[in-house]
Amino acid sequence: MRLGKGKVLILDNWKDYRRVFLTLATPGSLWLLVFFLIPMAFLFVLSFSSKAVINGETSTTAYDYFNTVGNYYASAGSSYLVLLWRAVWTSAVATLVCLLLAYPLALAVCFAAPRWRPLLLLLLILPFWINLLIRTYALYSIFRTTGVVNQAVGLIGLGPYEMLNNTSAVIMGLVYVYLPFMVLPLYSTIEKLDRSFLEASLDLGASQMRTFWSVTWPLTLPGVITGIILVYIPCLGTFLTSDILGGPNNWTIGNAIQNQFLEANNWPFGAALSFILMYATFIALVLRAVVARRSKGVDA
Amino acid sequence: MSAPLKPGQSPLDYAKRPWIIVLFGLVLLFLYAPIASLIVFSFNVDKSGVWHGFTFMNYVKAWNNDAIFYALSNSLTIAVLSTIVSTILGAMTALTLWRFRFPFKNMYEGFVALPIVVPEICMGISLAMFFSYTGMMAGVRDWIWPFNLINIIFAHIAFCFPFVAVVVRARLQGFNRQLEEASKDLGATETQTFMNVLVPFMMPSLVAGALLAFTLSLDDFVITLFSSGPGSVTFPVKIYGMVKRGVDMQINAASTVLIVVTFAATLIAMKLQSPSKAGH
Amino acid sequence: MTEPIVSIRNVSRRYPGGVTAVDNVSIDIAQNEFFALLGPSGCGKTTLLRMISGLDTPTEGQIFIGGQDMALTPPNLRPTNMVFQSYAVFPHMTVRDNVSYGLRVTGVEATETARRTTEALEMVKLGHLADRKPDQMSGGQRQRVALARALVKRPKVLLLDEPLSALDAKLRDDMRLELTRLQETVGITFIIVTHDQDEALSMASRIAVMEKGAVQQIATPAELYEQPRNKFVADFIGKVNLIDVSVLTQKGKMVTCNTKGLGKVDVSTDKACGDKATIAIRPEKLKISTAEPKGPALIKTRATIRDVAYYGDTSHIVADASDGLHLEINVQNNSRTGGAGVERGQKVWVHFNPVDALLLTE
Repeated sequence: MRLGKGKVLILDNWKDYRRVFLTLATPGSLWLLVFFLIPMAFLFVLSFSSKAVINGETSTTAYDYFNTVGNYYASAGSSYLVLLWRAVWTSAVATLVCLLLAYPLALAVCFAAPRWRPLLLLLLILPFWINLLIRTYALYSIFRTTGVVNQAVGLIGLGPYEMLNNTSAVIMGLVYVYLPFMVLPLYSTIEKLDRSFLEASLDLGASQMRTFWSVTWPLTLPGVITGIILVYIPCLGTFLTSDILGGPNNWTIGNAIQNQFLEANNWPFGAALSFILMYATFIALVLRAVVARRSKGVDA
Repeated sequence: MSAPLKPGQSPLDYAKRPWIIVLFGLVLLFLYAPIASLIVFSFNVDKSGVWHGFTFMNYVKAWNNDAIFYALSNSLTIAVLSTIVSTILGAMTALTLWRFRFPFKNMYEGFVALPIVVPEICMGISLAMFFSYTGMMAGVRDWIWPFNLINIIFAHIAFCFPFVAVVVRARLQGFNRQLEEASKDLGATETQTFMNVLVPFMMPSLVAGALLAFTLSLDDFVITLFSSGPGSVTFPVKIYGMVKRGVDMQINAASTVLIVVTFAATLIAMKLQSPSKAGH
Repeated sequence: MTEPIVSIRNVSRRYPGGVTAVDNVSIDIAQNEFFALLGPSGCGKTTLLRMISGLDTPTEGQIFIGGQDMALTPPNLRPTNMVFQSYAVFPHMTVRDNVSYGLRVTGVEATETARRTTEALEMVKLGHLADRKPDQMSGGQRQRVALARALVKRPKVLLLDEPLSALDAKLRDDMRLELTRLQETVGITFIIVTHDQDEALSMASRIAVMEKGAVQQIATPAELYEQPRNKFVADFIGKVNLIDVSVLTQKGKMVTCNTKGLGKVDVSTDKACGDKATIAIRPEKLKISTAEPKGPALIKTRATIRDVAYYGDTSHIVADASDGLHLEINVQNNSRTGGAGVERGQKVWVHFNPVDALLLTE
């Protein structure tokens, strides 16, 4: 934890203020316990369970708990691995595109005249405040075969093209939705970067390109990592974008989970799929922590 | 390789590089064209991608469409109620983490941040199971409005308040505790100090946190889809159902209204926030 | 003067919106000079330095470095190197990597790079810290890294932006000597930007005093102090009593003028002057005596001591003469007893030799 000069943060021992501490800490903790931890534990147990067989019939409501790892075996079945793999790589591509777009944009905002900076930043992140579903629907309606884009292409005698229901459409949708999540951490890191580092590099004879790779990039890496995590994790669990823009052929693991719960009604299997997604998420977080530790000493 | 500079140009004027300006323009076009087209076509007489004439009919139809109307009022009710509770819970959690040291604090911090990182769909189905196992899903179905939304509200609070806690805590980190001491030194009680010194200092982050919670709640589709019973449809869930059946200009009309509401709320919150921002 | 190493010709830097940071400046700087750009903050001195380095470019004018117009050459292609005010030592590289950076990025061969890096580190006495990261170093050490990093490139000109401002007083004195020593050993032209007149006077061989984007005077330290060209320079360099006068007659070099508090006085000047002028006289050139001083040419007046401030080696005295004229007088405390030898409220004579006074016409 870094504090400003002259500020000393002295934490009180909770035992000295037991009543204040408990009053402040209990409601939130209880809430998370009941509406987060217990449900998650349920899900975890369920992922190792199977539907109970009563009188030779498979029950739709009762389960035999903790009797199998078969759900995880089943998840390893090729069709589901494909969905997981698709989530992993489409998210990776979408994250990369976000990074490639957001980095120069964040750089431009930070190096623009100070009075323009807030407006430019606002323009880039304002769409974040619009409902995710509305934004996805907006994309869907302009790129559909009878949408504005195809109508415009039609004016010069081309098309109509099928622009949706493919992987590129899903990636485009993910970029559209999560770009602000990449811009924000990059902006705040680049903004804090002392310009004289870049100036010193140029002054010492490095080209703009060399300066970028030797100085700007390593010094802004913490922001890059934060941005990657902020974009990659929600992409991994995406459900709406792949559903609306990709269609059934481009489903990812998120859609499979939803399907198990709302249609196929195989909850234990859905639970196992959820936990696989969760493990993938945690692996991403651990990777981030490892990279962050390695780049320690680099000022964020 | 390095081209000469123009008079008055600094080598770090990246914002003035033509390719960056073009990129910026294209990205803004990409971000805003779909939304602009959504708004424009909400006034179109039919649902094709071609302009066939101006009309308010879509708005009238959406307004008179009970399903859309209830979905929208459900969404706003849920958002308001969960924002209030989330802001309070979030502020309390932030104060706990900021003020005290206690055993397993790091673990507790990780626990509070967990709902932020766990995939929405996992949280959604775990809550769906929880509500149906405990009978809460069926139990509240016939309750009087807005109590039939209580499951959704509980769920929204669970994923909103950790965000509020993060925002408020970041602000508290910059608080100078000598101000607290000064207040007590001047004779204020613990409670007076809290109300007169700490709460005003936290205010911008409370507003920002509340706005974030409101947006997250209004925005949420996945968790709501799973934790809502058949009778309690929210706006995103309703739109999802309509989108699955194809493009309908009523969606455009209702969405436009929601966009206007969201932007207005954002602007108001920014206005509310700015005077107190200047005060420190 | 032989061919100047840096020649700034009619350089201006105007910003959109009407601000002019540097206004039609021309300076020639010779090989091996220790040149200082001196002025208050916002006078354009840093902008000028940045234009020499290429980190900024003039909107008008030319900048010749080594005989070639480089006004619009990017910084990486200029034979100049800079020591930044914040040092800008790369935090993600070791000291050695910092120092070798400029050689590595320009493709200097590896063994040559290693040799010159070690040499540069030895020169600033940091050989033993080569593998440290900058966050483990003090401000003074970081500055040496910045110096070595710039000097290892063997630039034609070394630019230093307020190099001593972030150091504490003791370190600043050491570094001042060190910079002078370095400049003599490496034989490179140094251009330093500073707002601190002591720094400029003690280190530089020549100084350009700037204000509001324009050069007020370019001269050696002694000339600046004793022959300031105008009121701004006289006032900015050291302490001075500025006394407004109205000119009565000018006969050749002798000017007779009327002065509040001093009456009619005669001073000499090289320049023609109008009705109004200013007499500048340094506080240490004023004398105090209790008895009326004798001597035909002396300018003298009665005054009352208002304040005496004791500084150890000197005492600074403020005295009120007639007609609202205040005079500042510095007195050497030459004996252990008595200090300045006067006390508050005392009536004294203040006098000076007219050759010590300067008539300023601008």
